[in-house]
Amino acid sequence: MIARRFLIGAMLAWTFATATAFAVEPDEMLDDPVLEERAREISAGLRCLVCQNQSIDDSNAQLAKDLRVLVRERLVEGDSDEQVLDYVVSRYGDFVLLKPPMKPSTYLLWFGPILIVALGILALIAIFRQRGAAMIAVESLAPAALSDDEKNRLAALLDETDTIDKTGGSA
Amino acid sequence: MIAELGIAELGIAELGHFALILAMFVAAAQVILPLVGAARNYEPWMAFGRPAAVAQFLLLAFAFGSLTYSFVVSDFSLAVVYQNSHTDKPLLYKITGVWANHEGSMLLWILILSMFGAAVAFFGANLPPTLRARVLGIQSLIAIGFYLFIIFTSNPFDRIVPPPANGAGMNPLLQDMGLALHPPMLYLGYVGFSIAFSFAIAALLEGRVDAAWGRWVRPWTLAAWAFLTGGIALGSWWAYYELGWGGWWFWDPVENASFMPWLAGTALLHSATMVEKRDTMKGWTIFLAIVTFSLSLLGTFLVRSGVLTSVHAFATDPARGVFILILLIVVTGGSLVLFAMRGPAMRNTGVFQPVSREGALLVNNLIMTTAAAAVLLGTLYPLFLDALDGGKVSVGPPYFNTVFIPLMLPMIAAMAVGPMLGWKRADLGAAMKRLWLAFILTIVTAIAVWAVASDGPVLAMVGMAMAVWLGVSILVELTERIRLFREPFASSLNRLVRTPRASWGMTLGHLGLAIAVAGMAGAGGWKQEAIQTMAPGDSVEVGGYTFTFEGATEGRGPNYYLTQGAFAVTREGEPVVTLYPENRRYPVRSMPTTEAAIHTMFTGDLYAVIGDPEGTDGAYVTRIYWNPLVVWMWAGSVIMAAAAGVSLSDRRFRVGVPRRRKAPAPAAAVKA
Repeated sequence: MIARRFLIGAMLAWTFATATAFAVEPDEMLDDPVLEERAREISAGLRCLVCQNQSIDDSNAQLAKDLRVLVRERLVEGDSDEQVLDYVVSRYGDFVLLKPPMKPSTYLLWFGPILIVALGILALIAIFRQRGAAMIAVESLAPAALSDDEKNRLAALLDETDTIDKTGGSA
Repeated sequence: MIAELGIAELGIAELGHFALILAMFVAAAQVILPLVGAARNYEPWMAFGRPAAVAQFLLLAFAFGSLTYSFVVSDFSLAVVYQNSHTDKPLLYKITGVWANHEGSMLLWILILSMFGAAVAFFGANLPPTLRARVLGIQSLIAIGFYLFIIFTSNPFDRIVPPPANGAGMNPLLQDMGLALHPPMLYLGYVGFSIAFSFAIAALLEGRVDAAWGRWVRPWTLAAWAFLTGGIALGSWWAYYELGWGGWWFWDPVENASFMPWLAGTALLHSATMVEKRDTMKGWTIFLAIVTFSLSLLGTFLVRSGVLTSVHAFATDPARGVFILILLIVVTGGSLVLFAMRGPAMRNTGVFQPVSREGALLVNNLIMTTAAAAVLLGTLYPLFLDALDGGKVSVGPPYFNTVFIPLMLPMIAAMAVGPMLGWKRADLGAAMKRLWLAFILTIVTAIAVWAVASDGPVLAMVGMAMAVWLGVSILVELTERIRLFREPFASSLNRLVRTPRASWGMTLGHLGLAIAVAGMAGAGGWKQEAIQTMAPGDSVEVGGYTFTFEGATEGRGPNYYLTQGAFAVTREGEPVVTLYPENRRYPVRSMPTTEAAIHTMFTGDLYAVIGDPEGTDGAYVTRIYWNPLVVWMWAGSVIMAAAAGVSLSDRRFRVGVPRRRKAPAPAAAVKA
């Protein structure tokens, strides 16, 4: 109980229960550097099932070690990366994949960010339109260049005032 | 004598407990009187807020002090001391042990909350009285939720009868300076956003936001943001040197918990500028303040409730989790309802065209909030799916990198242009023309990186090029602002000196990010690793450096046993450094830790780890890493946090806030 409460409450700390080093051990590694590189990449995408959010490549748990060895065995037997992943998923389910597969239950996860960006862009366009229009409204109050039509009307108005002024002045 | 000592210690913990409860009652009064006073415009009740905020802080400081004392004298009759401490522990870690556990860290949380409340009371002399009263009332309302949480579910002053003879010890991984300072820094950030939140709610109650409000919200947000930046960097640095494989970011839910408020807080920082300078985007800024603090609370919930371990563990031991969940729903839900009612009434007078400083700041807001939402989605998705019986999925680094990086690249691209644009209306073509030098250097960098490291990941090359693009554009903007090479040097120097500190804050903050991005690209893309068994005399070459193993020795530390290895590092035959990594075993917790030996250089870190012995000839499993540019990441983070400090010291924040908006700000400030 104390241990569990400790783990949960222990801190805002990061992954620590199994955090001490020694994930990949030299005796597990393959002699062929190309194959070993592929094994590392596959391992980085597989979850250590008994840890909190660690890949089997980072974990020193026994189960993670078993999985690392398994991945390497499959590679040595000539499996492609896809085949290795399929094999591991067939044994442990989607939970083992750190990159969730694309399927109906994860559509929201994968398309959610695109949806959010799209909505954000629409909102931004709306704001720009509204403020831009408001800006034009504000600036139309200030003296701006007049259209020909307006100039004519202004000239006509000025003529009228002139006449009024003159008549007023003479009166 | 011993009995007497026991009674004295008993008394101090009980006094602390009493102070905690008393503080809650002060908090209750601090909610009711100022809020009612502000609603009825009754001056004496409003005035109660300031002394109450200070009293609350002093009472909590006393409670925290008494808990610290109990840790220092190893009073194992306190459950929390028994579970987390040990007489063998060095004094320093007895003290940091106060907050290295659930109960103590919640007490620290509320202490910091009350500290920010007291700071508003102290610095807020010239705030409008109703606004100040409302801010303090709301601040205290949040606190009450946490008082109840601590007293009823997480009381650090609970006793054990009879007291055990010695403690259970502390997780050895926590016995580390980096991690000891990490929680206080992080909390100063998390909780600091409560001030922005309280101001936002107070503004909704007042029904009014003016430039003075913006001037108040910005510095508090800046301060919180600086601490959160520092806290996240510190945690990442700790992971880097302590976990022993040179990783620095794992997209762990606990990391995400602190990263989400950081992303939202960054957006808030930028939108608050628009409120202050242009009297626009007020409703949005209030919304961001609510969201940022809600994400801080969500982070607390995720870390504190145990929901991350498993949804079912949360359901079987629900007291704490349910309490914080309810608190989260009440705070977030309540404030969003208030926002929905009052937010639309906020009047914005500032108008602008899409291509303008405002437009650029909104692009920042769009990307930062999307990033925060994406991290939120990825972090909570497995929980919701599991709770809805939709099956178990894991959302790990591959997902977050896929989503996050495509958001950040346009962000950095836009960051170079934004500061070049004027307020209201700007000429994008002219701004781009001024960036010709940055553009050329970016292309040159990309080609140079390609030539040197063509086998590396493309992303590292892109990251490097983006860092140069951003860095150079900032320098170009600075030289143009001070008219370097266009006016006599003395005149430029004069302009440089007279640049407002808020402008310096922006320049340095963005520069810090450019440096950090270069570090992330380097360390993420070109890390080299060698794992092998080495006998004394064996050597291995990593990153152009030759590491020769000189054997290992066994020894003892204060409360652990250790194995220490020695690696002589040379480069082209010239000695560079000798590294001494350790492997420690703590008997009290029977848990090993690795102390990596790290030699930091401008170009990268030499990183060596020693593991278990192999065979009988003195051979050990060793891990050697070359982590290029990794120090740039921390340096960039430190510069960003410091930049916020520079901005905070700007004259307009120090001089104080005018009660009413005066004439438009002078040209120099507008440029900032």
